[in-house]
Amino acid sequence: METILFLAHMEAGGTLSKAALETLGAAVEISRDLPGATLVVGLVAADDAQAAADSIACCGAARFLTVTGADFASARYATDAAAAEALARAAGATMVFAPATSRWARCLPGVAQRMHSRADTHVTAVTVEAGAPAITRWYYRQRIEGVSQRAERPWFIVLEPGSAAAWQGPPSHAALEQVPVEIDERLRRTTFAGWHAPRTDQQTIRPEADLLLVAGAGWTKKQADGQTHPADAARLILGFLQLAQASLGGSKSLVDLSGEGQDVLPFMTHLNQVGQTGSTPRHPKGLATCCHGEEPHVVGWRFINQRRAINLDPNCGWARGKADVLYVADAFAVMEQLNALLAR
Amino acid sequence: MIPPYQLVVCAGIVPDPLQTLEPVSGPDGPALKNEAMLPAILDPWAAHALYEAAHLAAQKPGSKVWLVSLGPKAKLQQVMMTVAQKAAFEFVAVDGAAGGFTEAHEAAAALAEAVRSINGLDMARLLLFGGWESASRGAGATLQMLGEQLGIVDQFQGVDELRVREDGALEILERVEGGRHQVSVCAGPPAVLGWATGNLPEPRNNPQIGMANLRGIMPALQKAKPFGPGADGAHFLRAAAPRQQRETRVVKDLSPAEIAREIAAWIARD
Repeated sequence: METILFLAHMEAGGTLSKAALETLGAAVEISRDLPGATLVVGLVAADDAQAAADSIACCGAARFLTVTGADFASARYATDAAAAEALARAAGATMVFAPATSRWARCLPGVAQRMHSRADTHVTAVTVEAGAPAITRWYYRQRIEGVSQRAERPWFIVLEPGSAAAWQGPPSHAALEQVPVEIDERLRRTTFAGWHAPRTDQQTIRPEADLLLVAGAGWTKKQADGQTHPADAARLILGFLQLAQASLGGSKSLVDLSGEGQDVLPFMTHLNQVGQTGSTPRHPKGLATCCHGEEPHVVGWRFINQRRAINLDPNCGWARGKADVLYVADAFAVMEQLNALLAR
Repeated sequence: MIPPYQLVVCAGIVPDPLQTLEPVSGPDGPALKNEAMLPAILDPWAAHALYEAAHLAAQKPGSKVWLVSLGPKAKLQQVMMTVAQKAAFEFVAVDGAAGGFTEAHEAAAALAEAVRSINGLDMARLLLFGGWESASRGAGATLQMLGEQLGIVDQFQGVDELRVREDGALEILERVEGGRHQVSVCAGPPAVLGWATGNLPEPRNNPQIGMANLRGIMPALQKAKPFGPGADGAHFLRAAAPRQQRETRVVKDLSPAEIAREIAAWIARD
């Protein structure tokens, strides 16, 4: 019989993130589907985790465990791994569910190694097949999807945001049990020194946005007048992002052009890159503009539900068979009109 | 004076991303169709790690770079012909098939043995580099597990920048949510850094470096220890390439204004 530990760290303000609640939703569902399974909640917090525990008190967990202390205020491999290990051992966990936040992704496979157990990351679904849990994840950069099971325990499952419905329920009172963790100076060799973030008016990556705009290298190519128009491209793209509150993805070729110091789109960095060597973001809608390329590059918008594309080539591999709608048109002209409409 | 670094870069080889991949069922689980025939490249994020290691070694005289790679000998030899011209390193090979369906903990164990076998390696000066995720399994797990096996508890993933401060502390920028970087300061080696793209362009081919590297690559391949996956891995129920094909509505005859109106309505719709 499985003991399923739901593992989460607090966000600023002592709340649980959307990704954490989605993972809790998946853990609750699996604990219901596996006969005799027990659900345990494990929270990592800088100070009091009571409010967060109370907010999920009705999830059906048998125990609510917490590791708290100033050492856990910010992400750090050494202390996060120690906290996760302590919670997993205290819970007697056979399965550990955690959201794929940068904080947990950084350390949980290492914790699995420490506990002589196994870890699967970037999991997109957890189901029960033939009476045993099974996970779905992608291989070769979202090009092959596999479903697998494991006999070894504990089994760490790091679930991708957007892969499950967020748990919802009324708050109540949770009886929190404190789990002690010994942190010595060896685990404090690394200190948190802040964040580097783009200026607010230059922020182009918005994970919670409803829409992803994918910009391709076509924005930097010669247009009908025989000239390139990088300044117009930048104005149109940034204007659209601001007006639609969209997130920006870039094809590898466009990002590489920017990285090589060409005067193209100065706000485009490798963080924006989607596809084979970039990210595969999850948004409800995606609009691809001036993107070209075949299957290996198209994985960048595999997890976009509704897809539309603007392209001058009606046979472009980015769009044909991949998008719901392909507008054969000049993206400069369409985006100019679109921004004007959105500005109204 | 900051002592030199010992930089060990772990980098696997993966099928060229432009190849079409098709899974097939093998005796030990899924594999790639015609895997042996697919052209291979150095794993892209691990390649960035190699360039960053070479750059750091050049800045700190006396530092040395080792490239530890797990893959079939013949493929390693083929890939090293190109990689050898990019940066100076001593090559350490582990011979065996390692792809997307290989268990991370098994690859980590083989790499740990290879790292420990490096003559004269000073663990106190070790910076263990690699890609934050491979282009095959893409789990971001092997490097963490390797670090654990080597007893390194200062680990960083999604690294885009490493700066050595005057006191020898390492200032590290890691990718986190929302297009931001977390800035951490680590007292110094040993540390594990899983690199994302970094900031360095791919170095130009340097035939002189290539010739120097190649003198050590063939002996390293001959000495490569064999790697064989164990039997306690995941049990695959199925693996398939997505076949989903959308019925694309191709709109050719609308003006930019009409298209803009249609897209604006689509954006506004729930």
